[in-house]
Amino acid sequence: MIRRLIPRPLLSITLFILWVVLNNEVSIATMMLGFLLALTMPLVVRPFWPDGPRLVRPGMAFSFALRVLTDIVVANWSVSRRVVGPIRNLSPAFVEVPLDVRDPFVATILASIVSLTPGTVSIDVDQNHWVLKVHALDAPDHEALVHQIKWRYEKPIREIFAC
Amino acid sequence: MSAFIEIMVSALILLGSAFALLGSIGLARLPDFFTRLHGPTKATTLGVGAMVLASAVYFTATQPGFSLHEIAVMVFLFITAPVSAHLLAKAALHRLSARPDTHASELGK
Repeated sequence: MIRRLIPRPLLSITLFILWVVLNNEVSIATMMLGFLLALTMPLVVRPFWPDGPRLVRPGMAFSFALRVLTDIVVANWSVSRRVVGPIRNLSPAFVEVPLDVRDPFVATILASIVSLTPGTVSIDVDQNHWVLKVHALDAPDHEALVHQIKWRYEKPIREIFAC
Repeated sequence: MSAFIEIMVSALILLGSAFALLGSIGLARLPDFFTRLHGPTKATTLGVGAMVLASAVYFTATQPGFSLHEIAVMVFLFITAPVSAHLLAKAALHRLSARPDTHASELGK
Protein backbone atom coordinates (compact mmCIF):
# COMPACT_ATOMS: atom_id res chain seq x y z
CA MET A 1 0.00 0.00 0.00
CA ILE A 2 2.65 2.51 1.08
CA ARG A 3 4.79 1.50 -1.91
CA ARG A 4 1.96 2.29 -4.30
CA LEU A 5 1.32 5.64 -2.70
CA ILE A 6 5.01 6.60 -2.55
CA PRO A 7 6.75 4.74 -5.39
CA ARG A 8 10.04 6.56 -4.89
CA PRO A 9 10.62 7.65 -1.30
CA LEU A 10 14.02 9.18 -2.08
CA LEU A 11 12.55 11.26 -4.93
CA SER A 12 9.73 12.42 -2.63
CA ILE A 13 12.17 13.45 0.10
CA THR A 14 14.37 15.27 -2.44
CA LEU A 15 11.36 17.13 -3.88
CA PHE A 16 10.17 18.14 -0.43
CA ILE A 17 13.60 19.47 0.64
CA LEU A 18 14.04 21.21 -2.72
CA TRP A 19 10.66 22.92 -2.36
CA VAL A 20 11.42 24.23 1.12
CA VAL A 21 14.92 25.33 0.04
CA LEU A 22 13.58 27.12 -3.05
CA ASN A 23 11.03 28.99 -0.96
CA ASN A 24 13.79 29.93 1.44
CA GLU A 25 11.49 29.80 4.46
CA VAL A 26 10.24 27.12 6.82
CA SER A 27 6.56 27.71 7.49
CA ILE A 28 3.49 25.49 7.80
CA ALA A 29 2.17 26.69 4.42
CA THR A 30 5.31 25.91 2.40
CA MET A 31 5.78 22.60 4.19
CA MET A 32 2.19 21.53 3.45
CA LEU A 33 2.45 22.47 -0.22
CA GLY A 34 5.84 20.76 -0.38
CA PHE A 35 4.35 17.64 1.16
CA LEU A 36 1.55 17.63 -1.42
CA LEU A 37 4.03 18.08 -4.30
CA ALA A 38 6.30 15.35 -2.92
CA LEU A 39 3.32 13.00 -2.90
CA THR A 40 1.84 13.79 -6.32
CA MET A 41 4.85 14.49 -8.55
CA PRO A 42 6.46 11.02 -8.32
CA LEU A 43 3.06 9.50 -9.16
CA VAL A 44 2.66 11.72 -12.22
CA VAL A 45 6.16 11.14 -13.61
CA ARG A 46 6.28 7.43 -12.74
CA PRO A 47 5.70 6.20 -16.34
CA PHE A 48 8.69 8.22 -17.59
CA TRP A 49 11.10 7.24 -14.87
CA PRO A 50 13.31 4.28 -15.76
CA ASP A 51 13.57 1.50 -13.23
CA GLY A 52 17.15 2.12 -12.22
CA PRO A 53 19.14 0.37 -9.56
CA ARG A 54 18.53 1.39 -5.97
CA LEU A 55 20.87 3.40 -3.84
CA VAL A 56 22.19 0.80 -1.43
CA ARG A 57 24.97 2.71 0.34
CA PRO A 58 23.87 6.28 1.12
CA GLY A 59 26.81 6.92 3.47
CA MET A 60 29.29 6.01 0.79
CA ALA A 61 27.37 8.14 -1.73
CA PHE A 62 27.83 11.13 0.57
CA SER A 63 31.60 10.70 0.99
CA PHE A 64 31.91 10.03 -2.74
CA ALA A 65 30.08 13.30 -3.48
CA LEU A 66 32.54 15.13 -1.21
CA ARG A 67 35.46 13.53 -3.02
CA VAL A 68 34.05 14.57 -6.41
CA LEU A 69 33.58 18.14 -5.13
CA THR A 70 37.20 18.39 -3.96
CA ASP A 71 38.33 16.87 -7.27
CA ILE A 72 36.39 19.56 -9.13
CA VAL A 73 38.10 22.32 -7.15
CA VAL A 74 41.61 20.84 -7.42
CA ALA A 75 41.33 20.00 -11.12
CA ASN A 76 39.81 23.41 -11.88
CA TRP A 77 43.01 24.91 -10.62
CA SER A 78 45.23 22.73 -12.78
CA VAL A 79 43.12 23.31 -15.90
CA SER A 80 43.18 27.08 -15.29
CA ARG A 81 46.96 26.94 -15.08
CA ARG A 82 47.18 25.04 -18.37
CA VAL A 83 44.80 27.43 -20.10
CA VAL A 84 46.94 30.48 -19.36
CA GLY A 85 50.20 28.59 -19.96
CA PRO A 86 51.68 27.70 -23.34
CA ILE A 87 48.89 26.16 -25.43
CA ARG A 88 51.25 24.26 -27.70
CA ASN A 89 52.42 22.03 -24.86
CA LEU A 90 48.92 20.61 -24.41
CA SER A 91 48.15 17.20 -25.82
CA PRO A 92 44.36 16.97 -26.22
CA ALA A 93 43.08 13.49 -27.07
CA PHE A 94 40.01 11.32 -27.51
CA VAL A 95 40.17 8.44 -25.07
CA GLU A 96 37.85 5.44 -24.98
CA VAL A 97 37.10 4.04 -21.55
CA PRO A 98 35.68 0.50 -21.51
CA LEU A 99 32.91 0.37 -18.91
CA ASP A 100 31.96 -2.37 -16.48
CA VAL A 101 28.66 -0.62 -15.74
CA ARG A 102 25.67 -2.07 -17.60
CA ASP A 103 22.99 0.31 -16.42
CA PRO A 104 22.03 3.43 -18.43
CA PHE A 105 21.23 5.49 -15.34
CA VAL A 106 24.52 4.70 -13.58
CA ALA A 107 26.46 5.23 -16.82
CA THR A 108 24.84 8.67 -17.11
CA ILE A 109 25.95 9.58 -13.60
CA LEU A 110 29.50 8.46 -14.40
CA ALA A 111 29.50 10.45 -17.67
CA SER A 112 28.26 13.55 -15.82
CA ILE A 113 30.99 13.26 -13.20
CA VAL A 114 33.61 12.90 -15.93
CA SER A 115 32.22 16.05 -17.57
CA LEU A 116 32.14 18.01 -14.31
CA THR A 117 35.72 17.23 -13.31
CA PRO A 118 37.87 19.63 -15.31
CA GLY A 119 40.11 18.39 -18.09
CA THR A 120 37.68 15.79 -19.36
CA VAL A 121 34.33 15.94 -21.18
CA SER A 122 32.34 12.83 -21.95
CA ILE A 123 31.35 12.86 -25.61
CA ASP A 124 29.40 9.67 -25.99
CA VAL A 125 28.19 6.64 -24.07
CA ASP A 126 28.04 3.72 -26.46
CA GLN A 127 25.38 1.42 -25.04
CA ASN A 128 26.05 -1.35 -27.54
CA HIS A 129 29.67 -1.85 -26.56
CA TRP A 130 29.58 0.01 -23.22
CA VAL A 131 32.38 2.34 -24.04
CA LEU A 132 32.60 5.88 -22.67
CA LYS A 133 34.18 8.24 -25.16
CA VAL A 134 36.02 11.04 -23.38
CA HIS A 135 37.79 14.10 -24.68
CA ALA A 136 40.70 15.18 -22.51
CA LEU A 137 42.26 18.63 -22.62
CA ASP A 138 45.71 17.36 -21.72
CA ALA A 139 46.31 13.62 -21.64
CA PRO A 140 49.82 12.59 -22.57
CA ASP A 141 49.17 9.19 -20.98
CA HIS A 142 45.88 7.59 -22.14
CA GLU A 143 46.22 4.53 -19.93
CA ALA A 144 46.58 6.65 -16.79
CA LEU A 145 43.38 8.55 -17.61
CA VAL A 146 41.41 5.35 -18.25
CA HIS A 147 42.76 3.90 -15.02
CA GLN A 148 41.82 7.03 -13.07
CA ILE A 149 38.24 7.13 -14.37
CA LYS A 150 37.73 3.42 -13.76
CA TRP A 151 39.17 3.27 -10.25
CA ARG A 152 38.47 6.69 -8.87
CA TYR A 153 34.89 7.05 -10.15
CA GLU A 154 33.41 3.94 -11.73
CA LYS A 155 34.27 1.48 -8.96
CA PRO A 156 32.76 3.52 -6.08
CA ILE A 157 29.63 4.26 -8.15
CA ARG A 158 29.13 0.57 -8.82
CA GLU A 159 29.47 -0.13 -5.11
CA ILE A 160 27.02 2.65 -4.21
CA PHE A 161 24.34 1.32 -6.57
CA ALA A 162 25.32 -2.34 -6.26
CA CYS A 163 25.43 -3.10 -9.96
CA MET B 1 27.85 42.53 9.22
CA SER B 2 31.15 41.67 10.81
CA ALA B 3 34.52 42.18 9.12
CA PHE B 4 35.06 38.45 8.91
CA ILE B 5 31.88 37.91 6.90
CA GLU B 6 32.74 40.85 4.65
CA ILE B 7 36.19 39.44 3.90
CA MET B 8 34.75 35.99 3.26
CA VAL B 9 32.07 37.27 0.85
CA SER B 10 34.60 39.43 -1.03
CA ALA B 11 37.05 36.54 -1.27
CA LEU B 12 34.37 34.23 -2.67
CA ILE B 13 33.23 36.82 -5.23
CA LEU B 14 36.83 37.43 -6.30
CA LEU B 15 37.48 33.69 -6.58
CA GLY B 16 34.31 33.19 -8.60
CA SER B 17 35.07 36.00 -11.03
CA ALA B 18 38.68 34.81 -11.36
CA PHE B 19 37.51 31.36 -12.46
CA ALA B 20 34.90 32.84 -14.80
CA LEU B 21 37.66 34.98 -16.34
CA LEU B 22 39.99 31.99 -16.70
CA GLY B 23 37.20 30.03 -18.40
CA SER B 24 36.70 32.87 -20.87
CA ILE B 25 40.46 33.11 -21.51
CA GLY B 26 40.44 29.38 -22.23
CA LEU B 27 37.54 29.81 -24.62
CA ALA B 28 39.40 32.55 -26.49
CA ARG B 29 42.86 30.96 -26.58
CA LEU B 30 42.27 27.26 -27.22
CA PRO B 31 42.61 26.19 -30.84
CA ASP B 32 39.65 23.93 -31.74
CA PHE B 33 36.08 23.16 -30.73
CA PHE B 34 36.68 20.21 -28.45
CA THR B 35 39.39 21.86 -26.38
CA ARG B 36 37.30 25.03 -26.19
CA LEU B 37 34.49 23.02 -24.69
CA HIS B 38 36.59 22.56 -21.55
CA GLY B 39 36.72 26.24 -20.62
CA PRO B 40 33.06 27.12 -20.10
CA THR B 41 31.91 23.76 -18.71
CA LYS B 42 34.57 23.73 -16.02
CA ALA B 43 35.58 27.15 -14.87
CA THR B 44 31.97 28.28 -14.93
CA THR B 45 30.79 25.58 -12.55
CA LEU B 46 33.33 26.66 -9.96
CA GLY B 47 33.04 30.34 -10.88
CA VAL B 48 29.29 30.51 -10.52
CA GLY B 49 29.51 28.09 -7.57
CA ALA B 50 31.77 30.47 -5.61
CA MET B 51 29.61 33.50 -6.43
CA VAL B 52 26.43 31.71 -5.42
CA LEU B 53 28.11 30.63 -2.18
CA ALA B 54 29.03 34.27 -1.55
CA SER B 55 25.36 35.17 -1.98
CA ALA B 56 24.33 32.45 0.50
CA VAL B 57 26.84 33.68 3.10
CA TYR B 58 25.85 37.33 2.61
CA PHE B 59 22.10 36.84 2.93
CA THR B 60 22.43 34.40 5.80
CA ALA B 61 24.48 37.01 7.67
CA THR B 62 22.31 40.04 6.89
CA GLN B 63 18.81 38.55 7.02
CA PRO B 64 17.08 36.45 9.65
CA GLY B 65 17.26 32.69 9.04
CA PHE B 66 19.35 30.73 6.59
CA SER B 67 19.45 31.55 2.90
CA LEU B 68 19.63 28.17 1.22
CA HIS B 69 18.04 28.51 -2.19
CA GLU B 70 21.52 29.26 -3.56
CA ILE B 71 22.30 25.61 -2.87
CA ALA B 72 19.47 24.70 -5.25
CA VAL B 73 21.02 26.95 -7.92
CA MET B 74 24.29 25.07 -7.48
CA VAL B 75 22.63 21.65 -7.69
CA PHE B 76 20.78 22.56 -10.90
CA LEU B 77 23.96 24.03 -12.37
CA PHE B 78 25.91 20.86 -11.65
CA ILE B 79 23.19 18.71 -13.18
CA THR B 80 22.70 20.77 -16.35
CA ALA B 81 26.30 21.74 -17.20
CA PRO B 82 27.40 18.21 -18.24
CA VAL B 83 24.21 17.71 -20.26
CA SER B 84 24.74 20.85 -22.37
CA ALA B 85 28.44 20.03 -22.84
CA HIS B 86 27.51 16.50 -23.89
CA LEU B 87 24.95 17.74 -26.44
CA LEU B 88 27.39 20.27 -27.90
CA ALA B 89 30.09 17.61 -28.17
CA LYS B 90 27.72 15.14 -29.81
CA ALA B 91 26.55 17.72 -32.34
CA ALA B 92 30.18 18.55 -33.17
CA LEU B 93 31.01 14.88 -33.58
CA HIS B 94 28.09 14.44 -35.99
CA ARG B 95 29.22 17.40 -38.06
CA LEU B 96 32.74 16.00 -38.22
CA SER B 97 31.58 12.58 -39.37
CA ALA B 98 29.35 14.24 -41.99
CA ARG B 99 32.49 15.74 -43.55
CA PRO B 100 34.94 12.84 -43.77
CA ASP B 101 37.73 14.95 -45.28
CA THR B 102 38.20 17.02 -42.13
CA HIS B 103 37.47 14.15 -39.79
CA ALA B 104 40.90 12.66 -39.28
CA SER B 105 42.88 15.88 -39.11
CA GLU B 106 40.60 17.59 -36.60
CA LEU B 107 40.15 14.55 -34.41
CA GLY B 108 43.87 13.92 -34.23
CA LYS B 109 44.66 17.37 -32.93
